Amino acid sequence: MRAAWIIARLTVAEAARRRILWVLLALTLFSVFVTTWGVERLVSLGREGPDPANELEIQVAVSQVLILVAFMFSFVLAMTAAFLGAPSIASDLESGIAHAMLARPIRRADLVVGRWIGLAAIVIAYASLSGLLEVAAVRLVSGYSPPQPWLAVVFLSGQAVVLLTFAMLLSTRLPAIASGAVCVVLFGLGWMAGVFAGIGRFFDAGPLVTAAEASRWLLPSDGLWRGTIYALEPSVVIAGIVGVGGPRAEANPFFAPTPPPTEFLIWSVVWIAAILALATWSLSRRDL
Amino acid sequence: MAEAPTDAPVIDTHGLAKRYGHTDALIDLTLRVEPGEVFGFLGPNGAGKTTAVKLLLGLARASGGGGTVLGAPLGDRLARREIGYLPELFRYQPWLRAREVVELHGRLRGVDGGGSTSSGDAAAALELVGLANRADDAVGGFSKGMQQRLGLAVALLGGPRLVILDEPTSALDPVGRADVRSIVRRAADAGSTIFLNSHLLTEVERVCDRVAVVDHGRVLASGRIDDLLGESSVRLRITDFAAADVAELRRFGRVSVGEDGWFSITGLDPERVPDVVAAIVSTGGRVHAVESGRVTLEDLFMRLVGGGSDEAASGGAPERPA
Repeated sequence: MRAAWIIARLTVAEAARRRILWVLLALTLFSVFVTTWGVERLVSLGREGPDPANELEIQVAVSQVLILVAFMFSFVLAMTAAFLGAPSIASDLESGIAHAMLARPIRRADLVVGRWIGLAAIVIAYASLSGLLEVAAVRLVSGYSPPQPWLAVVFLSGQAVVLLTFAMLLSTRLPAIASGAVCVVLFGLGWMAGVFAGIGRFFDAGPLVTAAEASRWLLPSDGLWRGTIYALEPSVVIAGIVGVGGPRAEANPFFAPTPPPTEFLIWSVVWIAAILALATWSLSRRDL
Repeated sequence: MAEAPTDAPVIDTHGLAKRYGHTDALIDLTLRVEPGEVFGFLGPNGAGKTTAVKLLLGLARASGGGGTVLGAPLGDRLARREIGYLPELFRYQPWLRAREVVELHGRLRGVDGGGSTSSGDAAAALELVGLANRADDAVGGFSKGMQQRLGLAVALLGGPRLVILDEPTSALDPVGRADVRSIVRRAADAGSTIFLNSHLLTEVERVCDRVAVVDHGRVLASGRIDDLLGESSVRLRITDFAAADVAELRRFGRVSVGEDGWFSITGLDPERVPDVVAAIVSTGGRVHAVESGRVTLEDLFMRLVGGGSDEAASGGAPERPA
């Protein structure tokens, strides 16, 4: 395990030395600034004029904008995770860096787990910093704070770690670009499956719902995204939308009236551990 | 790792084979490398040299046969504490400094408590390969030759019992090659066994104690270089030399007479060539040319592998008769 820590530290050092961390930080500050400016304008203009919106309307509007910002951010985070994970093993194999390191008395699992720890730390730090900074900035300009911002960050991070782990599995067998592309496409399809599941319920399309739900378990990224929405959704919105639409309100891909089931959360953790073990096994079985 | 007796072979393989899909990269590799020797592993590109190295290090799995390295089964993780390796095609992390690369490998070498190295060892390794003044430069700015020197520093770090060098001089200029020869000899003198994988024949001939020539996954010949190259000989072009005086030359070795005044003497001690010339001159003969006629490693290599490799001819200046 000591070798895994050495490689994890090396991974974080690489991200810092190659300016990946600084680029992510700059992107975070820019995104937070732009979106906060938008929210501030929305709130200021909403409170002005001959027919100003009441405070509840403003809070509801800001909560929905924040969910859409989170959606944009979850996409950026997913891309970041996929493109950090995709070259993590493949590039080391192509350059011969892996050959030199694996000729030392370390296990191949040390390389995979070390890389994963380092990259997961970067992704989680990025998600936490960006998410909480956005929430704090929006609160400053609007007075609105989502009900469970920390939980939203946990779900966002979980979604990114799912994609990171999957990209690393692909990276043990495929070139970096192919691994990244496959991961991004599957992330998009996973999100669409969630949309299909909601709309399928609306139309009582049983087989469609079953297929879409199955895909959510195969790649738990969309299920965790639903958790992010739930953590950001104020109870007044949940009560209002469910009151109007009933169970069919779930057809809205930006609405989640309930948190992900506990068994799904347990499955997500098991899924990440299993895919990481599979990545280790995959690298161990191949000739370098 | 089983602790092998000090006189046990460092590398011992029997019928080692590796198949990639439908291609046999290695068919029957039987090798024995003794402690303290510099062993040359020769072959044209595609002969199976790098595949053999990967099997020895556990980077690839054998399809057949087996063997031991430092007394442990092929690929044994703990045995790798005592192995230094310079890969053939490689690039270290370009964002690391040279000193950091060597220190990283020192830490990885000591993860299980054995063979750990200090920052002083890293500095000494860089000094050894002539990179002490570039220790704090990023590796990304290094030329291929400097990368190869760095690889050599990493491989020799901490004085491992076995050093495996895969084409260590392919990117180096003549000065760099001479440096590497000297470094390799010093490492061997310090007790390391060197396994030198190369197609640069002159390099191997100059530095190795024993060699094996491999092609199409099989060992074609192996042994001490002197034994493989056979007897030395000399060719001389002589005029004003009476047939009766040929007997004078027979005390140096077996003599054969060619055309245009060329004579060959086989089986003589190379140190006695000046005596041969003196003997001819003393009989009134005139010596116009003297050429060493010993079979070079390149001659042997070309004969064994069928002369099908351009790289084989790039091994340096052969010393052969016109």
